[in-house]
Amino acid sequence: MDNATSLQADLAVRTRDLNLWYGTFQALFDVDLDIKQGIITSLIGPSGCGKSTFLRAINRINERLGYVRTTGTIDVCGHNILDESVELVQVRKQIGMVFQRPNPLPLSIRDNVLCGHRLHTPKGERVSREDHDDIVEEVLKQVLLWDAVKDILKRPAISLSLEQQQKLCIARLLPVKPTLLLMDEPCSALDPAATAAVEELIWELKGKFTIVIVTHNMAQARRASDECIFMLMGKVVEHGPTDQTFVTPQHKETADYIEGRYG
Amino acid sequence: MFAATELNNGNRRTQTLIKVLLLTMTLLLIVPVLIILTMLIVKGGPVLSFEFLFSDPKDEMTAGGIFPALMGTVWLVSVALLASVPLGVAAAIYLSEYAGDNWFTRTINLAIINLAGVPSIVHALFGVGAFVLFFKFGTSILAASLTLAVMTLPVVIVATRESLQAVPQAFREACWNMGATRWQTIRRVVLPNSISGILTGVILEVSRTAGETAPIMFTGAVIFMPFLPEGVGDQTMAMSLHLYAMATQVPLPEHATNLPYGVALVLIGMVLAMNAVSIGFRVWLRGKKKW
Repeated sequence: MDNATSLQADLAVRTRDLNLWYGTFQALFDVDLDIKQGIITSLIGPSGCGKSTFLRAINRINERLGYVRTTGTIDVCGHNILDESVELVQVRKQIGMVFQRPNPLPLSIRDNVLCGHRLHTPKGERVSREDHDDIVEEVLKQVLLWDAVKDILKRPAISLSLEQQQKLCIARLLPVKPTLLLMDEPCSALDPAATAAVEELIWELKGKFTIVIVTHNMAQARRASDECIFMLMGKVVEHGPTDQTFVTPQHKETADYIEGRYG
Repeated sequence: MFAATELNNGNRRTQTLIKVLLLTMTLLLIVPVLIILTMLIVKGGPVLSFEFLFSDPKDEMTAGGIFPALMGTVWLVSVALLASVPLGVAAAIYLSEYAGDNWFTRTINLAIINLAGVPSIVHALFGVGAFVLFFKFGTSILAASLTLAVMTLPVVIVATRESLQAVPQAFREACWNMGATRWQTIRRVVLPNSISGILTGVILEVSRTAGETAPIMFTGAVIFMPFLPEGVGDQTMAMSLHLYAMATQVPLPEHATNLPYGVALVLIGMVLAMNAVSIGFRVWLRGKKKW
């Protein structure tokens, strides 16, 4: 294995010449990014800089808008997901997404955890109750929610607090064993205590999953990520270890943004 | 310092006047409903009896009951629903969940709106042309019900589409992001959460269908047929047409002048009962809703 391929194997996401248009408006310009496996990468930048668009391009959820056009390549684990032969359902299975507002389904807590798993269970295959119970327990423990909800699994998920709902939304992704978790401002609907709890969870999940997190919150990016990408006007300005980016930014725009001169 | 000025008093008088005026208008609204119901109950109430409901009309409809008309309406409404509900719900699901916003769907939407605005007598003529003559169903329950179905389709579609769209988009996104196909999303999340609205729309539709007269007049309903229909190929009596006939076509002797009120009371009772079921159902399902 030469150096280049071994390097590539460490990459969870690798984009080349990624351009994206909403109708005639270009939202991403030649984005070349290498996001490493197993770490937390944060995406920062002012509103409208394309960070959410980039995140949404990675699991192709932008496409349902219908007027989105994408060129270039997005390799996830070495495979271009923009390839014609790619089955979208498999992409979504590998790449879980967490939204700004927790969006549990109007089902019980237990059914919320299992719904993704059930979607991907082949027709006719029976999964025993015990197996389902094991899955529920395992993933709820993984998201630090088990102790709080183990006695109320039959309750509607909507009755949980926002923090718990957001954790549940993360838990829901895990039974199908994704490799990549995308989080679009996962704490922006939460109060500071809940934010801290969800950040703690994100740290907990580090290593088991590659996590890409979009955030408006500089402090959060600084606390909760290993690498940091700064975007501006649809272009990547800077990408490096978070400490470095925040202490010694390489570009003036990055420094100005981090220091709050615009946003 | 805080005493009312002449201007304040004037403004307050105007304000009171307007409030009283608006209240009067609102009360006027329910006056017709009250008058109709009172009159029907006072005049039609005494006519009602077990025999009235469950026996055939006799003596040229000046005596006897309304059973064939009652059953005819049940037939007409049921067959109409069998046709319009699957079609309307399927169309609504397509329009709401699959179709994009383009000239094709905009044209269809326009067609639906226009269909809803077509007068019922025009539907009747369409029914004669299409179902009675072209498809050669003859004047029959089938032709009359299909005419009713065409007429009620827009309402079924609109009611269904509205309840589908009341399901938050976030639920769909949550499903899609777990790799669910559109159909899996619809079946597991969208339909279970919109079924109450859809059923409410359908039940309200039933009550409207039951009262329609014009569309069935030329397509399958007859004024007098003192036995029950045996299939969709038969003609039938119907409550609405029976009322029309009693009120305008049959010279009623002195002792029977209250008969039409009885028929009207039963018809309106059916409609109100349906609406009550629909409201009760909605309340029950809303109580079960989990968001």
